[in-house]
Amino acid sequence: MTDVDRRDFLMGAGFAAAGAAVPTEAAAIARPPKEMPPQAVGMLYDSTLCIGCKACVAACKAANNMPVDIPEHLSDWNETTWDSAEDLSGHTLNVIKVYRNGTVEQKDREIDGFAFIKRHCLHCVDPSCVSVCPVGAMKKDPVTGIVSYDPDACIGCRYCVYGCPFGVPQFDLNNPFGKIAKCEFCRHLQKDGKVPACCDVCPTGASLFGPVKDLEQEIERRLAAPAGTPYRFPRGKLGEDRPPNVGTIPSYIKGIYGEHEAGGTQVRYLAGVPFPKLGLPTVGPQSPASLAEGVQHTIYYWLIAPLVAFAGLAFLARRNAPRPDADNTPKSQGGRS
Amino acid sequence: MSIAAPLRRNLVTPTTLVLAALAVIGFLFIGMRLIYGLGAVTNLNSGYSWGIWVAIDIFIGTALGCGGFSMAILVYVFNRGEYHPLVRPALLGGLFGYTLGGMAAFTDLGRYWQAYNILLPWHWQPNSIMFEIALCLLAYTAVVWIEFAPVFLERWRFPAIKHFLDRWMFVFIALGVLLPFMHQSSFGSAVLVMGTKLSPLWFTVWLPLLFVVSAILMGYGVVMFEATVVSNSFGLPSEHALISKLSRVVGWVTVGWLVIRWADLLDRGVVSLAFAGDLKSWTFWIENALFAGTAVVFLTPAGRASQRASFLGAVALLVAGALYRLDALIIGLRPVGNWIYFPSLPELMVTIGIIALEILLYLVFIKMFAVLPVAEESSPRTADRRLP
Repeated sequence: MTDVDRRDFLMGAGFAAAGAAVPTEAAAIARPPKEMPPQAVGMLYDSTLCIGCKACVAACKAANNMPVDIPEHLSDWNETTWDSAEDLSGHTLNVIKVYRNGTVEQKDREIDGFAFIKRHCLHCVDPSCVSVCPVGAMKKDPVTGIVSYDPDACIGCRYCVYGCPFGVPQFDLNNPFGKIAKCEFCRHLQKDGKVPACCDVCPTGASLFGPVKDLEQEIERRLAAPAGTPYRFPRGKLGEDRPPNVGTIPSYIKGIYGEHEAGGTQVRYLAGVPFPKLGLPTVGPQSPASLAEGVQHTIYYWLIAPLVAFAGLAFLARRNAPRPDADNTPKSQGGRS
Repeated sequence: MSIAAPLRRNLVTPTTLVLAALAVIGFLFIGMRLIYGLGAVTNLNSGYSWGIWVAIDIFIGTALGCGGFSMAILVYVFNRGEYHPLVRPALLGGLFGYTLGGMAAFTDLGRYWQAYNILLPWHWQPNSIMFEIALCLLAYTAVVWIEFAPVFLERWRFPAIKHFLDRWMFVFIALGVLLPFMHQSSFGSAVLVMGTKLSPLWFTVWLPLLFVVSAILMGYGVVMFEATVVSNSFGLPSEHALISKLSRVVGWVTVGWLVIRWADLLDRGVVSLAFAGDLKSWTFWIENALFAGTAVVFLTPAGRASQRASFLGAVALLVAGALYRLDALIIGLRPVGNWIYFPSLPELMVTIGIIALEILLYLVFIKMFAVLPVAEESSPRTADRRLP
């Protein structure tokens, strides 16, 4: 979009009825999208490699001191032994879900098949949660791009929960001292050079940690190889010297989830089943934050409009409001009749 | 023209007792929420992190408190001094709409004991629309109290302070128009981040404009509603002549709002969604029919002449504006995952309790303070001065 588009749009705004918003103009008022931090770290989740063992869910709980989650309808056969979290919640930052269809015969097949999907924060390049937080409790690291949460700043307004296009942040509603729960790429472990817990324990390399640039190359290699090609799938952290998972390239569906969604994210998904079937929401390429901030920054550009409006209003109010010295009627009259 | 005076009626009546009881119940549940957490009282979930406390108590409640704002535009910006008698009652509605809206916001905060962080500059996050709303709401609540202060100052006779306020009141009047323009439009901007999570029937870049104009409309609706109810209940001289004149203005603004709304819908080519037959499409039609109905009543001479029709028009306008907000915040939502939300009984009782308290305080105030135009007065100039 150019400055000309923007000016045309703003002029159109004067004639609300005539210049109503079509999608291209909606994009024109948005502020420029944010760029991927140079040393951004990310994750690749390859659904075709996932065997659904949920070691990542257990490891995540252990690494982040979260209690196991046992839904009521499963509690008769599962007392305390097995974390059976069904979705993200106030004490589940990472969850494995399953797609099932028809006879559930074959893995990674849409019809009569099944597939696994891992859900957690995607660490957007231009995160809505960071944009909407009134007290800066959500922050994006300028170097690694990790979106972090500070409970000491948070006031619990839950605007991040409301605004997240991926439905990720969760507020622990059942705790009177609840806070927001979301994956922070185990930043407390990364400080000591460790790999995020979920990727560290993944036996097949379905969850792979690494710099986003390197992950992108890894994705290209996988998508370029024809199905059936022998392939050494890295495990843990890309570039680490762990023994790889030796297998063959599966038949991927087209597309990389997370590459463009909401302005791009630092988590990428490859799968054998269409992403919407796996429960990943369909999100457009424009970051919602860029539109909301664009509109707000246009209205509040250097506070010029409010200040000019205030000056005009003060002038009108002074002229039009009755003043005690405007005439000589006694002031104290008629307060109580 | 008339001057304002306290009604001097009995404060304890069946109505006020019922309102007080509802308020007490509501506040018991607020206490429960503060002690046991949001989940103990509300039906909020991961898909609907904001419920009726945000949608009704804050978004709708403050719009209902826009009477003072809307009347100030008319009286001070367009210099229509004849509407002066409606200003004080309108400000009184705003006083409680905003003060209790702020209280509801505090109740809804999941980490309310840290609420003061919003006032600490090192926490400020100026890109956040919520940040702008929070500070603007706090500032405006203070402004409404200052705008209303002369009423107290007359009652308790502080001539020096009153004289000072009278002199500088134009500053607060200007702020009293500017600040609601800012936060009522920001309520619309706050929804802009929803993107695909909100049905295209409501999601548009014009949300800020549609929100602020509908807030002004609801402000007028509340003024008309209140004037009719109060003058009927207390046997005061009818203000229908003034209301009927006002309703013409309101009718045209409503038409303007509908034109923007529909031009945008048609332009984006999303009207087909309104025929989906689901809850979203039904509430969409109800909302639009109510706005259109209001316009028809207010723009036909017969509708304006009839006190009953004008009153129903005002009610329709209030319901339309409230439903528009409820739709844009909750009903029109398309959360990630199969979440549904309907408020729990305690959650509803909190909202009902807060509304009851607003009405109760309104009734107490008009009986104790010079708010309503009661006594007939010969000089219009004096009337103007008496009702700033």
